[in-house]
Amino acid sequence: MSWTLIALLLLPLVGGLVVAFLRGNDRLAKTVALAFSLVELGLAVLAWTAFDPGGERLQLTSSADWIPAFGVHLSFGVDGIALVMIALIAFLVPVVIGGSWADKLPEGRSAGGFFALLLVMQTGMVGVFAATDVFVFYVFFEAVLVPMYFLIGRFGGPNRQYAAMKFFLYSLLGGLIMLASVIGLYVVSADKLGAGTFDWATLVTVTRELPLSTQIWLFLGFFVAFAIKAPLVPLHTWLPDAGAEAPVGAGVLLVGILDKIGTFGFLRYCLPLFPAASKELAPVVLILAVVGILYGSLLAVGQSDMKRFVAYTSIAHFGFIALGIFAFSSQAGTGAVLYMVNHGISTGMLFLVVGMVMARGGSRLIEDYGGMAKLTPVLGGLFFVAGLSSLALPGTNSFVSEFLVLIGSYPNEPVYTILAAVGMVLAALYVLWLYQRVFQGPVRGTAMLNLVGGPGAAVDPEKASPPDLNKRELAVLAPLVALILVLGFYPKPVLDVITPSVGATLSEVGVADPVAQEGK
Amino acid sequence: MTTFLSQNVERLQAPEIDYGAVAPLLIVLGAACLSVLFEAFLPKGQRWAAQVVLTLLTLAAAGAGLALYASAESTLEQGKLTLAGTVAVDRPVIFLWGTLLLLGLGAVLLIADRSVEPGGAFVADASILPGAAVGVREQLRRREMQTEVFPLTLFALGGMMTFVAANDLLTMFIALEVMSLPLYLMAGLARRRRLLSQEAAVKYFLLGAFASAFFLYGVALLYGFAGSVKLADIASATTATDRSDTLLYAGFGLLIVGLLFKASVGPFHAWTPDVYQGSPTPVTAFMAACTKVAAFGGILRVLYGAFERSSWEWNGVLWGVAIASMVIGAVLGLTQTDVKRMIAYSSVAHAGFLLIGAISLNDQGLSGTMFYLMAYGFTTIAAFGIVSLVRNGDGEATHLSQWAGLAKRSPVVAGVFTFLLLALAGLPLTSGFVGKFVVFAAAVEAEMVPLVVIALVASAVAAFFYLRVIVLMYFSEPAADGPTVSVPGAFTTVAITLGAAITLVLGVFPSFALDWAGAGTFIF
Repeated sequence: MSWTLIALLLLPLVGGLVVAFLRGNDRLAKTVALAFSLVELGLAVLAWTAFDPGGERLQLTSSADWIPAFGVHLSFGVDGIALVMIALIAFLVPVVIGGSWADKLPEGRSAGGFFALLLVMQTGMVGVFAATDVFVFYVFFEAVLVPMYFLIGRFGGPNRQYAAMKFFLYSLLGGLIMLASVIGLYVVSADKLGAGTFDWATLVTVTRELPLSTQIWLFLGFFVAFAIKAPLVPLHTWLPDAGAEAPVGAGVLLVGILDKIGTFGFLRYCLPLFPAASKELAPVVLILAVVGILYGSLLAVGQSDMKRFVAYTSIAHFGFIALGIFAFSSQAGTGAVLYMVNHGISTGMLFLVVGMVMARGGSRLIEDYGGMAKLTPVLGGLFFVAGLSSLALPGTNSFVSEFLVLIGSYPNEPVYTILAAVGMVLAALYVLWLYQRVFQGPVRGTAMLNLVGGPGAAVDPEKASPPDLNKRELAVLAPLVALILVLGFYPKPVLDVITPSVGATLSEVGVADPVAQEGK
Repeated sequence: MTTFLSQNVERLQAPEIDYGAVAPLLIVLGAACLSVLFEAFLPKGQRWAAQVVLTLLTLAAAGAGLALYASAESTLEQGKLTLAGTVAVDRPVIFLWGTLLLLGLGAVLLIADRSVEPGGAFVADASILPGAAVGVREQLRRREMQTEVFPLTLFALGGMMTFVAANDLLTMFIALEVMSLPLYLMAGLARRRRLLSQEAAVKYFLLGAFASAFFLYGVALLYGFAGSVKLADIASATTATDRSDTLLYAGFGLLIVGLLFKASVGPFHAWTPDVYQGSPTPVTAFMAACTKVAAFGGILRVLYGAFERSSWEWNGVLWGVAIASMVIGAVLGLTQTDVKRMIAYSSVAHAGFLLIGAISLNDQGLSGTMFYLMAYGFTTIAAFGIVSLVRNGDGEATHLSQWAGLAKRSPVVAGVFTFLLLALAGLPLTSGFVGKFVVFAAAVEAEMVPLVVIALVASAVAAFFYLRVIVLMYFSEPAADGPTVSVPGAFTTVAITLGAAITLVLGVFPSFALDWAGAGTFIF
């Protein structure tokens, strides 16, 4: 029985309730929220040090009866993949709280309510990754929707109601389809074992014996839910709306963490539970992944709205992750998991700097900006760093993961890998072109001109508004930049944790690893 | 001659009555008669207080009697047939009786409340003609109400309890009438919007009378088929080969139509939205929760008791009915602009889910459906309790547009209602989710996977209209002349708290209720 995970789960919930009670005093509420999230980060570090990469598959486990009638246990535990995701959550939440500190909220909304929802959602997110009982996983999978729904719907942009509804309905539909498969798992296990169970480790031994057709049906239930979450084309249309309308802080968590539930679900549920179906249907998933990479990239090039832009780049990135997972090699799998972490960091930062640009110009449209680097050089520089990390420049964190995915996928899936590599070129195009339009050249665009005092006004960088980054914003971005560089040059600590778990997952699928074989 | 007489006397022996088993039933029906006497002999001013005390005491006494009987060792294993085999008191019946009494308590508390609407939600004098403007305005000012609603409630409740325990079709028919006739009257008692209320009553009465006729014809044909109205005899007749299949099919069809009507399963749901909307809200709560439990209790007993062995004959039809009900409820619910009508269509969709559990015909289906009934009943009672609180100058503000921005005016009410809506939508950590889970698991067990998939899609569609209300309450700006939220009196507060708390408890710790529901099966 390990209490670290339980504490990680409960602390944000307690924090959320406390903050909700302090809503009247915004400053106090924010401070308390930040304090809770930092303690949570400390707990995550503790969990990281307690985790032994060479040890058992699931560690820090704990279990208690919940609904004996259905064999449901409240059981938690992490493997390396879940651990790095929980660490990412614990890292991103304080960053997001810092980043949203001075957000302008819609009229009549209190910052305390916003931060309380963020913390409550953190419990849900940790629960999704920590659950080792399929029923409990499902509960958290659905429960996490509610705070996000309110975050978008109450604190989002002008079209927030539509976006919140679309987000919720898409995810709920996916979840309900998954529920059919969850029930199916229960019935199957009841047939085989005499008493039904939801215990993941037990189910893995049961379901791999199933005939292919049953596996495919059950696989599809999970897959659709995860493909909506991840999101894979053509189930992606909710993300640009939700990402664009969500407040920046919630947007970071939406693409940084919530969407990863989908890719995590592929790794934790689809592959080990239904190995035969996964192999059978891998070509379909790979096609969707490559289409996602190319389609997401092309649409990102064409976006006129910066937040939608970030959402579309994410769709492209999720294509890479799905490619790495369904290529069935340890390098590609490890790369995909590392990609999940790196994408959270680099896209999270991109979202935050876009938010900072918007906080100054008051517009989401790219055409309203131009030449901003002259006025706010530090913001321009950090925007550039975030962009470079997003396009996977060598030396940044994303390069390592993208390279691993491509090199690991090539031996098994050369065609798809080559097509995916085209996405790298497009990434350079969309990032650099966006940077050029917003930050380079003469000061232009309505938002910029309003700030410096009308067209034709002489630009004096000393006097001109808008202000460059303040200390808070620098403090928020600094840890992100540090991680981008550290993981770009020295990803080993993370890879050490991930690799054994990915290896175990692949051995459950029973795929011979071409790279490993060559090594022998 | 004398020997002949004595032989006859022996034959006509009075049936043995297990008073302990039927005590809850006798208490409720006896108190209903007493309550009528109160109406006749007490002065007007004292009636309300006396009736409330009597009704609450009755429910408590019936509950205590039930608990006493259920906890006795001898009855734990299997139930009892009593009253010459016309009434069965087995584990499912004990569960349903307990559910009905608790739900009845919630509904009675809502009915008794006089603080939300000064004088109560019921008309002072039901005989005022609609359209007679003077009379209508006058009765709005009067602070008394038709306290006949209390005996009517008790009779209806007694009818429902008999209905779920009835072991032959004639007893069932009588119970059906005992529970239906008071409901027709209660639907017409609203203090405000009299015309709507009376329309609801007439509509319910006419359609209900048709449904009763269907039921009775079905009973007649089944008697022709089996030569008996006992469920067990019909069951054994279905295995014989020398009987008329036509009589069986026609009889079953007519019988089930009558039952489905009461349970407001689509496409026999047409009365539901109008009656839910027109009835006084506490009565709507009573109908939505208790009638649903009673009707599905009856459906379960009939299907398991009499027609289990002929299930392959009718299974396809009820598949179609379940699908129709879910689709009608979910799709038409989308277009509603009135809260009460919306919940009515939601109840049609839920009836479809319940029917899936009922036609699974396995032990999990039985316990799952009963759990679902309990969960749904409490959520609905609390939801209608909240509806009765949101008011403007003309009474309840049921139009959805009037609910805009409610969260700003009264965050607690909006929060509780959101929770209840999420429970109706079936999100985890609410009783609605556990209910859906157990019912669908039973259906998968019975190899009805396509039906489950359709049900899940219908749940997703239905989620849209629940969410729409949440959107309105939280994300929209309140209208300038919007409704206010009345501070509920003690009765309504207790009813809402009871409903919401049980919704939460059944969602988080469902084990004990699942154990109760699964403790045993029907006996016939």
